Amino acid sequence: MKLKDILELLEAELLTPDTDVEVDLSCAFGSDLISDILMCTKESTLLLTGLTNPQVIRLSDMIDLLGVVFVRGKRPSQDLIDMAIERKLPLITTKMTMYKSAGILYNKGLRSCQI
Amino acid sequence: MAEYWNINEDFKSRFEVFLKEKPTPAVTLESPVTKHDFTNAGNGSAELKRLLKKLGIDPVVLRKVAVASYEAEINLAAHSEGGVMKSNVHADLVHIVFEDIGPGIEDIQKALEPGFSTAIEYVREMGFGAGLGLPNIKKNSDVMHLDSEKGRNTILEIITYFK
Repeated sequence: MKLKDILELLEAELLTPDTDVEVDLSCAFGSDLISDILMCTKESTLLLTGLTNPQVIRLSDMIDLLGVVFVRGKRPSQDLIDMAIERKLPLITTKMTMYKSAGILYNKGLRSCQI
Repeated sequence: MAEYWNINEDFKSRFEVFLKEKPTPAVTLESPVTKHDFTNAGNGSAELKRLLKKLGIDPVVLRKVAVASYEAEINLAAHSEGGVMKSNVHADLVHIVFEDIGPGIEDIQKALEPGFSTAIEYVREMGFGAGLGLPNIKKNSDVMHLDSEKGRNTILEIITYFK
């Protein structure tokens, strides 16, 4: 699923300007627990989360995230956004809850990442 | 002394040779871990991952090494008084040693149970403390050796083979 489709489906806002929204994202995972997210070692994944602390960037450094969706209107600090831009990591924010966001994306064919 | 070993059967004979020959690492990296410093916890793992990436290690193996070492760094920041992460890179494997200055693990078996955590609220609020740190380290390493006791320090060693 393309990033631009995800932005539209989740009525989301892109936080990292100059991101290629045509990029194809193959799978997704959702959690607020870092150890849970660290289970995704088999393939790179899009992450849906409510976590906005800088460890999200660290997580991405470890497991090569494809992008991050901050749910329920969460917004990370500008520092975190700058770190993402530096790494070319797309960040988006949606007012929808984790459950609703995941449900919509799954229904539209974005599969769950392998763990 | 309380000790725990987990050795992946596929690498058992290679590990025995490693133990016997004690080869000199090609590269060694050292990174301090400070108590409750969650801004810098993970620096050592990120540095190691960058180095291994340059060496052309497979991305899945890279992520396994990174996850195991990151979980261990977070454990040191969350539960210990501080310590050091030392990575020894060999031609076919990486051997990482985490040594802290205490206070030691009261019950190693319990600490290894998925879901068991002694993390304080402040640590949990950041998304840590799910009780999956040691299980994740075990899952993402080929050899894991944990040596600890309450009242002294903890030494965790992990080895991951590149192929």
